[in-house]
Amino acid sequence: MSDTRSNPVDKRSSPVEKKIERVGVYVCHCGSNIAGTVDVVDVAKWAGEKLKHQGVVVAREYKFMCSSLGQELIQKDIKELGLTRVVVAACSPHLHEKTFRTAAKNAGLNPYLVELASIREQVSWVHSDKTVATAKAKAVVAGAVSRVIENRPLDEIKVPINPNTLVVGGGIAGIQSALEIANAGFHVYLVEREPSIGGHMAQFDKTFPTLDCSACILTPRMVEAGTHPNITLLTWSDVVNVSGYVGNFHVTIKKKARFVNEELCTGCGICQEKCPKKVIDEVYEAGLGYRKAVYTPFAQAVPNFPVMDKENCTYFIKGTCKACEKFCPTGAIDFKQEDQLINVDVGNIVLATGYDLFDARRVSNYGYGRLPNVFTSLEFERLSNAAGPTSGNIVLRDGKTTPKNVGIIHCVGSRDKNFNNYCSVICCMQGLKFAHLVHERTGATVYNFYIDMRTAYKAYDEFYQRVLEEGTLFVRGKVAEVTNAARRESEKGKLIIQVEDTLAGKQRRIPVDMVILSSGLQPRYDAKEVGKMFGISCSTDGWFTEKHPKLDPVATMTEGIYIVGCAQGPKDIPSSVAQGAAASARVLDKILQKEVTLEPIKASVDHEKCSGCKVCNGMCPFNAIAFIEDDKVSDINPALCQGCGTCVAACPAGAISGTGFSDAQIIAQIDGLLLRNLEPA
Amino acid sequence: MPQMTDERVRAGMNREEDLSLLNEVSMKTAGVSHLEMCIQCGTCGGSCPVAMDMEHTPRMLFAMLRAGMRDEVLRSNTPWLCVSCYHCVVRCPQEVHIADVMYTLKGMAIHAKLYTNATAPHFSQTFVDMVEAYGRSYEMGLATRHYLRHFPLRLPGMMPMGFGMITKGRMAVMPKRIKQMDQLTAILDRAKQLELNS
Amino acid sequence: MNKYLLYPGCSMESSGRAYGDSIKAIVEPLDLDFEEINDWNCCGATEYLGINLIPAYSLIARNLALAAKQMNPVNGTGGTHTVVAPCSACYLNLAKADYYMQERPSLGAKVNEALNAGGLEYKAGTLDVRHLIDILVYDVGLEKIRSKVVHPLNGLKVVPYMGCMLPRPDYQHRWTDHEHPTELDDLLRALGADVIDYPLTTECCGGHMTQIGPETAFELIRRLISDADERGAHLMATVCPMCQMNIDAYQHETNQFFGTDYHMPVLFFTQLMGIAFGKHPDEVGIGLELVSARNALANIGIEVPVTQEPAAPRKKDEGLPMPRRWTKHEGKEAVR
Repeated sequence: MSDTRSNPVDKRSSPVEKKIERVGVYVCHCGSNIAGTVDVVDVAKWAGEKLKHQGVVVAREYKFMCSSLGQELIQKDIKELGLTRVVVAACSPHLHEKTFRTAAKNAGLNPYLVELASIREQVSWVHSDKTVATAKAKAVVAGAVSRVIENRPLDEIKVPINPNTLVVGGGIAGIQSALEIANAGFHVYLVEREPSIGGHMAQFDKTFPTLDCSACILTPRMVEAGTHPNITLLTWSDVVNVSGYVGNFHVTIKKKARFVNEELCTGCGICQEKCPKKVIDEVYEAGLGYRKAVYTPFAQAVPNFPVMDKENCTYFIKGTCKACEKFCPTGAIDFKQEDQLINVDVGNIVLATGYDLFDARRVSNYGYGRLPNVFTSLEFERLSNAAGPTSGNIVLRDGKTTPKNVGIIHCVGSRDKNFNNYCSVICCMQGLKFAHLVHERTGATVYNFYIDMRTAYKAYDEFYQRVLEEGTLFVRGKVAEVTNAARRESEKGKLIIQVEDTLAGKQRRIPVDMVILSSGLQPRYDAKEVGKMFGISCSTDGWFTEKHPKLDPVATMTEGIYIVGCAQGPKDIPSSVAQGAAASARVLDKILQKEVTLEPIKASVDHEKCSGCKVCNGMCPFNAIAFIEDDKVSDINPALCQGCGTCVAACPAGAISGTGFSDAQIIAQIDGLLLRNLEPA
Repeated sequence: MPQMTDERVRAGMNREEDLSLLNEVSMKTAGVSHLEMCIQCGTCGGSCPVAMDMEHTPRMLFAMLRAGMRDEVLRSNTPWLCVSCYHCVVRCPQEVHIADVMYTLKGMAIHAKLYTNATAPHFSQTFVDMVEAYGRSYEMGLATRHYLRHFPLRLPGMMPMGFGMITKGRMAVMPKRIKQMDQLTAILDRAKQLELNS
Repeated sequence: MNKYLLYPGCSMESSGRAYGDSIKAIVEPLDLDFEEINDWNCCGATEYLGINLIPAYSLIARNLALAAKQMNPVNGTGGTHTVVAPCSACYLNLAKADYYMQERPSLGAKVNEALNAGGLEYKAGTLDVRHLIDILVYDVGLEKIRSKVVHPLNGLKVVPYMGCMLPRPDYQHRWTDHEHPTELDDLLRALGADVIDYPLTTECCGGHMTQIGPETAFELIRRLISDADERGAHLMATVCPMCQMNIDAYQHETNQFFGTDYHMPVLFFTQLMGIAFGKHPDEVGIGLELVSARNALANIGIEVPVTQEPAAPRKKDEGLPMPRRWTKHEGKEAVR
């Protein structure tokens, strides 16, 4: 329908000839959201009269402009009254700008000739005095009218999409994401920092609430990812540089030297067996077990090639040993191997970089690191894991004594302004799981100390009921301290948990043999730098920020970059997997579109005015500005530019202007806001 | 037939809830109390070294403040037992200035004459009187006056200690006085006026 | 030479005399220059804060105002903005007033209005309020302290007792930890002492409860001394006159109350420094303690003259002398 009409504005070749535009103003009631505080009828009437000389030919108000009837109203006017500009006074452009621009486009008007005047977020929701609010709404509308007249029709930019995808992080979220995309027939580079994929889940013994064996459900996925024809697995590797933009990212990956030739290695394990150097495994065994200097972190590691830990290898330290080389049946050990830089081009990137465990030593009153039989959650996972250092025997730090009483403390480092303010989501269920395992394997008396029991997910509360039934003793109270200072005979040789039982209203001292700290999750120590490299931001807590907390939880403000799993915030396995899959759907959507439409809101440099000072070069958060040495001027890559305006404001010569935010537009809007453009009385 | 009682009590409401109480305590406390942020986790009650002698744990007291139980709070022995060890303060996950709230509650209890045991308020007042009189604390005066009044029976047991303190020169028989007592008095008088007006 | 403004606190001249004496003895070897704040007054301990807010803070702030006036002497040399308080309660009160006058500016304004009545003023944040051990560990440094040791305390099993008001609430984040700080341990180790890991190092000594709720206080004192005893300590080292007073002077009563027989001497850490620096026991106030440290110090070959043991208490059952100055508030305090 719309293409049957020609649009006179689109055809206009030069802005020099100043013609009067035909502007339509539409004031939305938004139910009572706006109409309750702003006299919308008055605003529309006022705009029709006072802004008439500016070109306002029609001004209407309507209950819900965003409804299909509201949109049709605009489309009808565009066609029948020949509107060349549209102002919708309604909510924030964040919400419905796209709606109205699309409506205008469908009626044959260039979408960038539509402006939204926010009279809800900026007026009705922040004022209570109706007279004042109405006056302000009029000013906001006047500003938008003055501005829209200066708007120029813009054409969307389309760029092709590279069908390859980079997934950073090989935990369960990253594996899931990679598999979904690979299964759809597209190539994935799966990059993992550690020697094997698997992430934290590979360290766990059981998973709540169904208590499936973690390895049993995870390893098939790991194997699938490791052998998938569409997945290039790069473990023991780091992403070191990212440039480009959605559809066309250029990524540099550092593949750290393994000192093991992957072509020759069969994964037989003889090298680790023969290696004489024992090292505490701080990563996979959470500091509770040992590995060799050449090692695969665990039996089901994917890939199964070992890595050599240069820091601890006797040969690298002393220059002799080479036991691994001597015994390797295929000659795969290569002490001369060097780090390798690999460049790949991808269209989309999924970040699944996971979390770090809160360092429980910071809560010195819980004694972790000082009192031997205080354990962290990850230590307990290894302790209870059949493949762990004690073969699944839950014992004290002496390695042999089975505890008779165990206290499990929730919210360690979480929900605490001294440490992390947020709830780490998984610790309640984790604490319940531990209680079950301790009870099942040792028959010990188990106490769980909690502030609030948070079991809000399918089948979670049922698990709580089950643990209650098993006889775990629950104490509602945040533990004050764990001490070895006995006050009476029965406390001697024990760890004493001092707590207020808030339901009983009494302070209690509970002697136990073992304390398990259900430590919280926190952002990776390098999340900020990683975020910066990929052009995304972190929340105040340090988690990667999603585009919208409810409606767009896996996308980011940077097109083509997605975040999944705990990188976005604490979450359990089901949610991590769901996010991994969700991001893949978004990636596949992009790939299948074959090209991506970019907003034409871009900055551009007037080379005549540019003095070549390079001030703008370093400021661009998207690395879109380059200096052209030959011409001694800066230039902006429109595909990279996200239209943020930083360079526009920074340019000392005034040489940069932002499309859609030109000086003329801004000044006109200010004049309008100050009611300088009113019809003379 | 149960005995007829006041309808409100039968309905489970035996007092008017004074919902301004929490804010009043917060405003009277030095610094920013964060009292409204309490999540009732019990860290304070668990940390307190003297909780065993308290009628209410600090946490309970804060719940009672929220519920507007003015008289019960001000009658509680809890603030008077607080030893200002600040264990609860540094551990509180919500950064409530618990020890300072206790000071506020003591002051309010004195003002409302609602404390049930006069030993502590008398001790504080005696101490303050000495300071206001001399500008310095006067342990000898304080100890004798206080013990005779509140712990006469403790005195025989304390004889060796008191004697030792005096003979070792660890307790001055005469008070020390600062030079500019007038200045201090002027400052404190003005401060008291400000306190009344605030 | 490092210059500081000294706020001694009332007990330094009375119950905590050994602390005052021993500080005097170590100042010179460590090149410290402590200039006493002129005409300082009592900080109000933990008592004034529970009665009246603004007067309590004004009382504390007078000291800060006097110190600020004194911090940059007219003659120009040796200015400092650091106030050092050896008593933990004084340290906390001074630090707290300085902090809260900033955190709640309306309090700061009122306190200054009161100070103005005495011709004084104090801009919160002007001074740096620090405790003596903070100065010794972080300004003087363990290296220097170690270099002055002529009589190492090898073989002396010491429990380091920090007390509560020093490491907490720690407005300026000065300490390694709120619960298990290591400053005192490190310092004692520098003197050569065998430092015992003492989990109760920042537990409360009972504070003023010895005066108003002795049964509560006795339990707190018992916890401290029984744990120290259990761990084989010869003595406890403290940084606070109130802690020393409670554990030392009330140990006898505590023993009577529980039917125990603990003998746990408690000395100021500065006394041990003095001993290690080769000072005579008399000079650093050894012997002023009621629970004698004589046997404990014999472990490292320090002999304390027997004459300094406390004399037997008087048999005659007579009360202690009583002051008669009591008129001002007599009427006010009649309650119920």
